[in-house]
Amino acid sequence: MNTIILRTASNYLLPLLLLFSVFILLRGHYLPGGGFVGGLVAAIAFVLHAFANGLDNTRTLLRIHPGYFMPLGLALSFLSGLAPILRTGRPFMSGLWFDGPLPAIGLIGSPLFFDIGVYFVVIGASLTIIFTITENA
Amino acid sequence: MLLAVLSGFIFALGLAAFGRRFKGRAVVLSALLPFGLFAYFLSLLPGAAAGQPAVYRYAWAPSLGVELSFHADGLGLLFALIISGIGTLVFLYSAEYMKGHKYLGRFYAYLGAFMGAMLGVVLSDNILALFIFWELTSLSSFFLIGFKNEEAASRRSALTALGVTGAGGLLLLAGALLLVYVTGTYSIREMLTSGVALPEHGLYPAVLCLVFGAAFTKSAQFPFHFWLPEAMKAPTPVSTYLHSATMVKAGIYLLMRLSPLLSGHQYWHATLITLGGVTMLYAAVHILFRTDLKGILAYSTVAALGILAFLIGIGTEAALLAAAVFVLVHALYKAALFLIAGIIDHEAGTRDVTRLSGLGRIMLPVAAAGFLVAISSAGAPPTFGFVGKDLIYEATLHAGPWSTLLTAMAILANMLLLYGGFVAGIRPFAGPLPEEFEKAHMPGPLLWVPPVLLAALSLLFGLAPQLLEGMLARPAVAAMVAGQPDFHLKLWHGFNLVLQLSGLTLAGGLLLYWLFRPSLRLERRIGRLENISPKGITEGLARGFERFSGWYTHLLQSGYVRRYVFIIISFLLALVSYRIFTSVNLYIDYGRISSMATYEAVILLLMLVATLIAVFTDSRLAAVAAMGVVGYSICLLFVFYSAPDLAMTQFAIDTLTVILFVLVLYRLPKYLKISNTRGRLRDGALALAFGMLITVLALEVLNEDINREVGNYYAEHAYVLARGKNIVNVILVDFRGMDTLVEISVLTVAAVGVFSLLGTGLDIKKRGEK
Repeated sequence: MNTIILRTASNYLLPLLLLFSVFILLRGHYLPGGGFVGGLVAAIAFVLHAFANGLDNTRTLLRIHPGYFMPLGLALSFLSGLAPILRTGRPFMSGLWFDGPLPAIGLIGSPLFFDIGVYFVVIGASLTIIFTITENA
Repeated sequence: MLLAVLSGFIFALGLAAFGRRFKGRAVVLSALLPFGLFAYFLSLLPGAAAGQPAVYRYAWAPSLGVELSFHADGLGLLFALIISGIGTLVFLYSAEYMKGHKYLGRFYAYLGAFMGAMLGVVLSDNILALFIFWELTSLSSFFLIGFKNEEAASRRSALTALGVTGAGGLLLLAGALLLVYVTGTYSIREMLTSGVALPEHGLYPAVLCLVFGAAFTKSAQFPFHFWLPEAMKAPTPVSTYLHSATMVKAGIYLLMRLSPLLSGHQYWHATLITLGGVTMLYAAVHILFRTDLKGILAYSTVAALGILAFLIGIGTEAALLAAAVFVLVHALYKAALFLIAGIIDHEAGTRDVTRLSGLGRIMLPVAAAGFLVAISSAGAPPTFGFVGKDLIYEATLHAGPWSTLLTAMAILANMLLLYGGFVAGIRPFAGPLPEEFEKAHMPGPLLWVPPVLLAALSLLFGLAPQLLEGMLARPAVAAMVAGQPDFHLKLWHGFNLVLQLSGLTLAGGLLLYWLFRPSLRLERRIGRLENISPKGITEGLARGFERFSGWYTHLLQSGYVRRYVFIIISFLLALVSYRIFTSVNLYIDYGRISSMATYEAVILLLMLVATLIAVFTDSRLAAVAAMGVVGYSICLLFVFYSAPDLAMTQFAIDTLTVILFVLVLYRLPKYLKISNTRGRLRDGALALAFGMLITVLALEVLNEDINREVGNYYAEHAYVLARGKNIVNVILVDFRGMDTLVEISVLTVAAVGVFSLLGTGLDIKKRGEK
């Protein structure tokens, strides 16, 4: 898929799409969106880049193997579930929130970190699967 | 006490980490662990004797009724002392016997884990905890039998043992749950005192069958006995520890422990007496046909276990006392005999009794120990064996109408045991020393001191059985009978019938020992009967099962994804449509179906056309694109029916799928018809049928009244409890966050699976480039 238009466009699309995926991730709690969709969008961004520039270029861009996102995300989600136990002694996965909303960001609580974990796992899993299959096709 | 039971496991875990450094003096010092336990259990004895046993409780999984509660009463302590005491000696002995072995750390780890598990079995009060420890003993036994894992025979016998005892473990679980159901408590102690008259309960036969199944497999009763002689492939210290002194007694322990609850009915007594009797005679006769020292000891162990079951079956106070004492008698002399057999094997290089003789000139202390334990196994005075055998005869003589027969059986079994003990403990040391063994020499003290100690104990308890009476025997029996047991352990009872029977046994056994010579010829002859023995039959069954599962697997597992999909969908179709057409009243409620807008019709048309293109096109890329159109159309439908979250996700997924397909298909030839027309027709028919089924299901779902309670709860509480306005997201990350956590774990597993199955990940490629 060696077209110059797609290649040029994908270089600009990648940061835009990544930003968009974070936007979708963060708005998830109030409006349609969330970690799962956000992760998929981010994965699409990378896959599009690979589509236009070749897998090896995307790999160089990523620096680490996408598989490492999975344990990172799992750990984040798990820890966010664990936090209530450690902080307040309430059961696993009960929501833990800061008292007031933070300026410019909004209300932050453990579900947000949980969702960020989901985001990373989805990116890692889909990219691992797609990259591995593409490589062997 | 929790620490005492778990210390074996902690020791094993520690060895798993530091196994490489485990050699030399550290190995000998590791015997301090079982010795410390032995001392600890000794310190608990006075409490148990006074009727105030030490108790420890820890709620482990309270919702399942599993509690780690330990209860050191007389019976438990009798076994715990044997386990830790013999454990100490085996730990010491193995330090020399296994010296320099590559996996010494692993060996001790298994031993430690086994000891912990065994202590757990005999001290647990919770019946589910007992089951868990019971299974752990089977597992550690598996590893120990198969310790020489480079030998096929070892691996096979380890599997046999695991198969038999594992099956028994499952029976135990079922039996335990039935017991819990009947008595309403998980605590064994409460079961015994609950006052439930189990023999009158309707489930009694079932409980009995299950408990017997568990105990008989573990304690190698006929017809499950065959795993025990097989298990002799294990290193000798293991045979000593697991397969003579402790693990095989777990079944006996179970019977003893539950005897107050289950006994009193004809089923209990008749089964145990019959099977125990058959086991002891069958195995005792087998002793005659063996030439391998460990083989002889294995069969005499099976016979001894038979005697124990037999005594528990008689079930009188005298019989239970005899059983409790015989457990100790047997542990002392049989462990010693095994250790001696190990020494002989180690020094002379053979265990063939037809060749061994005269070793007494080289290793006098071992010979002395052998002699002592041999006469203890023969039940001759003044050893502890004599006390035990007297009690057995005492029990059989007062066993009611069948007493003559039972006594005769016991006498016969004891004669043969005497023969086995003499062949293993005396014959290798007696007579002239053949040339081939002249190079054998006296073993190191770590090897010969343990059997000598055991022999000395056999003698000591024989001379002064009253040492055991108050502290050990009485509390142990008290755990099995109602009321306070009344007896006295004595070496000398005067000239009575029992003494005459003892004399008869001795005379008969000695005669057999002088006249009968074991030979390879006899062993071969009995080998021919293997095919109809329980072992042969079980193995045949196992082979048949293996063949069947092979056939069955080949039938379904073709290795082609399209075949799997075909099978799965046809099966689902058959099952669901059967259910729907037999029991659901099919109708369509037009009132509930909203009218269709124009744009919806357009989208449907689009989907239909795309589907047809995907089916009939010759180009792969066109098919993929058409599938993408179907996917996006579904997204639009989601949007129309106000499910934006779903639509977004579906949209992203579809994009990814299309890209993935294109990436993969890009490398394949563009135009190709893979399947023939017949195959396509078949697949098409299946697809249509499945689509119709889903349609019917969807229409039927509309007819059902939907329970909105859960949905309403989420809608009402999403903001109040979880501070989110997007209910879908709140459900995902908060209300059902646990599900999501598991889902992303599954996703990870899937990705790792793809990554490892397809093999060449990034790292490997990089390595290739280097």
